[in-house]
Amino acid sequence: MKRWTLATSAFCAIICSTASLAQSDSEKAIDEYRAMIADGNPADLWEAKGEDLWKKKAGPKNASLEKCDLGLGPGVLKGAYVQLPRYFADAGKVMDVEMRLSYCMRTLQGKEVKDSAYNKDDHKDIIALATYVVTLSKGMPVNVPQEHAEEKRMYDLGKQAFFYRAGPYDFACATCHNADGKRIRLQGLPNLTKNGPAGRAFTSWPAYRVSNSQLWPMQQRLNDCLRLQRFPHPKFGSEATVALSVFMGVTGKGVPSLAPTIKR
Amino acid sequence: MADPMRIRAQAAGDKATVRVLMSHEMESGQRKDSAGKLVPAWFIQEVSASLNGKVVMTAEWGPAVSKNPFMQFVVKGAKAGDKIAVSWKDNKGDSRTDEATVS
Amino acid sequence: MQTRRETLKQSAVVAGLLASAGLIPQQAAAYEKAAFDAKTAADVTKALGAGAPVESKDVTIGGPDIAENGAVVPLTASTTLAGVKRVLILVEKNPAAMVAMFNVSDAVEANFATRAKMGQSSDVYAVAIMNDGKAFFAKKEVKVTLGGCGG
Repeated sequence: MKRWTLATSAFCAIICSTASLAQSDSEKAIDEYRAMIADGNPADLWEAKGEDLWKKKAGPKNASLEKCDLGLGPGVLKGAYVQLPRYFADAGKVMDVEMRLSYCMRTLQGKEVKDSAYNKDDHKDIIALATYVVTLSKGMPVNVPQEHAEEKRMYDLGKQAFFYRAGPYDFACATCHNADGKRIRLQGLPNLTKNGPAGRAFTSWPAYRVSNSQLWPMQQRLNDCLRLQRFPHPKFGSEATVALSVFMGVTGKGVPSLAPTIKR
Repeated sequence: MADPMRIRAQAAGDKATVRVLMSHEMESGQRKDSAGKLVPAWFIQEVSASLNGKVVMTAEWGPAVSKNPFMQFVVKGAKAGDKIAVSWKDNKGDSRTDEATVS
Repeated sequence: MQTRRETLKQSAVVAGLLASAGLIPQQAAAYEKAAFDAKTAADVTKALGAGAPVESKDVTIGGPDIAENGAVVPLTASTTLAGVKRVLILVEKNPAAMVAMFNVSDAVEANFATRAKMGQSSDVYAVAIMNDGKAFFAKKEVKVTLGGCGG
């Protein structure tokens, strides 16, 4: 109880000292900055690489990924990203775009995919491929399915995870992301319980992160959020990460997809 | 060999706006790695662009240009179908040339 | 594809030869190291053999008022003046002021954009160096912030 009070007061000290409900001049200036760098996004370099990897024959089966089924049929890319994560009968689980690409690399190309470490080994290829795939859904409305029982289960799990307080600071995702007008220093925090912000956050990843010049997919971003909350870091493909992704996607239904974006 | 650049050239009237994204570390030589050692400077020093084989622009860059550099310039007398080539050379002598068609 | 790249490289080499023979004007033959080491706008123009820079309404520096991250700050430099030889982009408080130098030929507009690393909030400059050695500048302040989170 005492720990929670200390954490909250320290937290509020950061947030409340610069808080204002309307968009401040600083926030407007930052929006302008973001718009300025959006054209000429280095993510294009990953997109080009991803397109190459999609079409190139590789692995023991010497096959390309062009027959990979991302949910709309083998090889159908346009609109595929905005209906992920979804349940795949052949894999028997709900998968997001990263996991599905890894699955296709395994099954179509026969590769042994080393994807457990973010941005290392084969995970780099997955990121490039994901960047290519998401570009082909740019502007299309988010439409994460909720038909299969597993898809619904993931939504419920994600919602639970979003509000789950734990760790030494007693943080939940909701601590930062369940209300309007919250901020860390000059960074506005989106209210992920609302349709617009959730949809934009959901489709903002993969993104090129200016601060470390890396291309981060959604799972890596969520992993980092949880790290900042001082939670254990989920592994690639963890149900917790996919569930949070489903929760955001469903909450953000209908929002036009932004990915790939550029972030600080 | 460095990764390819992305070059987009858009004609409007008798000019073309050329936007280039390059893949390069652009190490300033000021940064320290996790062991505390200075990471040596490694950055693009010379850039040039040509229109249908004729050089139209040259530039020199220092280490303060951002990583994965972006550049934009406007070529006069260019029309759709023309070829734009962009080249860069870095301080280690590595270089790269890529081409695009003006759309 | 390799053949085409070689052809392109060849034409670049030819262009270089033409330049050193003085057949392509306004092309620097050697890297302007002294200019890239200079600390102030005046030192930069001096290193390039030009006069001290004078503020001018005909030179424009574009950039954000606040950069969310100093690693990537979009800056544009342009001028409507005639007879421009070079357009420079400078960040005053960087370890060395000059970020980039663009040589202007008849075939390009004196209008360039790139992205710079800024170590801290600072004035940024666009400098136009004329054929007759005069230098003109425009400047603005760019504030660099430390964001809170990864976006």
